[in-house]
Amino acid sequence: MIKLKGIIKKIEVKPLILTSILLFFGLILLLPFAWMFSASFKPELEIFSFPVNWIPENIMIENYTDILFHATSPFYIYIKNSIIISLGAVLGILFVSSTAGYAFAKLEFWGKNLLFLTFLATLMIPHHVTLIPRFILFRFLGIFDTLWAVIFPNMFNVLGIFLMRQFFMGVPEELSESAKIDGANHYQIFWKIVLPLAKPALISLTILSFVWSWNDYINPLVFLTSRRLYPITLGIQTFLEMDMVRYRYVMAGASIAIIPIIIVFLVAQKYFIKGVVTSGLKG
Amino acid sequence: MKKKENLTALIFLTPALIGFSIFLIFPVIFSLLLSFFEWDLVSGWGGLNFVGIKHFIDMWSIPEFINSLRNNFIYSGVTVPMTMILGFIFAVILNSKVYLKGILRLIYFLPYVANIVAISAVWQALYHPTRGPINQFLYSLGMNNPPRWLADPNYALTAIMIMTIWLGTGYCMIIYMAALNGIPERLYEAAKIDGANRIQSLIKITIPMVSHATFFLLVTRLIWSFLVFGPINIMTQGGPAQSTTVLVFHIYRRAFRFRQLGYGSAVTWIMFLIILSITIFQWRKRESLVNYKQ
Repeated sequence: MIKLKGIIKKIEVKPLILTSILLFFGLILLLPFAWMFSASFKPELEIFSFPVNWIPENIMIENYTDILFHATSPFYIYIKNSIIISLGAVLGILFVSSTAGYAFAKLEFWGKNLLFLTFLATLMIPHHVTLIPRFILFRFLGIFDTLWAVIFPNMFNVLGIFLMRQFFMGVPEELSESAKIDGANHYQIFWKIVLPLAKPALISLTILSFVWSWNDYINPLVFLTSRRLYPITLGIQTFLEMDMVRYRYVMAGASIAIIPIIIVFLVAQKYFIKGVVTSGLKG
Repeated sequence: MKKKENLTALIFLTPALIGFSIFLIFPVIFSLLLSFFEWDLVSGWGGLNFVGIKHFIDMWSIPEFINSLRNNFIYSGVTVPMTMILGFIFAVILNSKVYLKGILRLIYFLPYVANIVAISAVWQALYHPTRGPINQFLYSLGMNNPPRWLADPNYALTAIMIMTIWLGTGYCMIIYMAALNGIPERLYEAAKIDGANRIQSLIKITIPMVSHATFFLLVTRLIWSFLVFGPINIMTQGGPAQSTTVLVFHIYRRAFRFRQLGYGSAVTWIMFLIILSITIFQWRKRESLVNYKQ
């Protein structure tokens, strides 16, 4: 493909062709989402009609209102739970990661390297190893089948610490030094100087952890048994497990799950991608 | 030497230390111990039954375990290289002069950040053997017997792999784009002066210069793909005929459906060892590659 491009060496035309090709493949990539979104507004019989009628004649908003207040599987509860979980996870991880990240970046203490290596090592262990013991532990702690059982796992994420540490290490020492000379202690330096500077990293972390926790499937699946606690991920599954699967409801639920992510991504694309890249390519 | 600030550090680290001790360190150790026992939890502490390495021996004669291993290797072996190659190609193209870069980036990345349950639900509908759009499209092309996808043992895994490639390409693309950004223009200019064409500069400059990204992706995507679970649990439940069962699904089923907590723990550790071995192998290979270069 690149060889062909080489033949057509004209300067204005080439970007145009490349853009068109990318757009073409991009739209194919988006087809499942488009289908999902369009199906969520269709009556059941129309969903599988082919050729696909992308814009339904009758835009059935009832599909959404129906599942929101569904008799056995009310979606508004799932939305509420997802919001609580994500909110808790985000606030938690911001707190834990920034404090720990600051310690690793700006403080010298006994056992620093060892501790850091330990955290690093835990990255190697897939969190699935912890599923079974947490299953037991949470019962013991009395948080099994509560939202905490999903919030806590999402709060303590080593990548969050790495991200904040990485950022804090980039904050010049001179700032802390001059503050110390002025008599500030570390808590003040952290709260008043370093943390405000860390807004970009905090935003990236917020977005990343929001997406992780919003999309979390396996933790709710294992640790929640009461339907009233289900987040959206499990909520969608309840509609798939019904004797009579109503795909218009499934698609509406799926759309509800995905729309916030799209919005977040559109609004904060820069931070999003920066976060993904930093947590990955730390070198 | 910088003065030690142990107390301050301890205070700053307390949230993380408490959290990780309770939710990470303790469970990991407990899990390791548990893999030498048989336990179903409901029988209480009395039900703990020491069995030594029984689980580690038994698992190799359990068909679902062996099938899971096989499927995991196929799944990872196909999806990881494919997403990386496609991601690289798109990154290269997107990195050159194109319009609408922001929108394109969004489009390609979106499947990766979307909810896996939502995605699985949608693809399950798409893959419906008779009513789904995919087969409807194939019918319209004249195909009389398109694959029955998730209902067919020969195609179910392929169906999931296709979805995975659709999902993962965007992520690889983003990482590669970041890596490509770091390559200085002058390298390409120097190559052009030396008479290299596009393909040569691609092979001799671009690919080596993004090797750290390639390595990162290879390692992380392999690990990630070994842990695949959501699509299987939602779309196929490991079937049909165990053609899509994977390790995490096997663990999930044994531990939480059949309440074999000890066995489940044992399998998670075997899974960990497999992933670790592959990762170490990759590290070693990278070492030798780097040495060769020098």
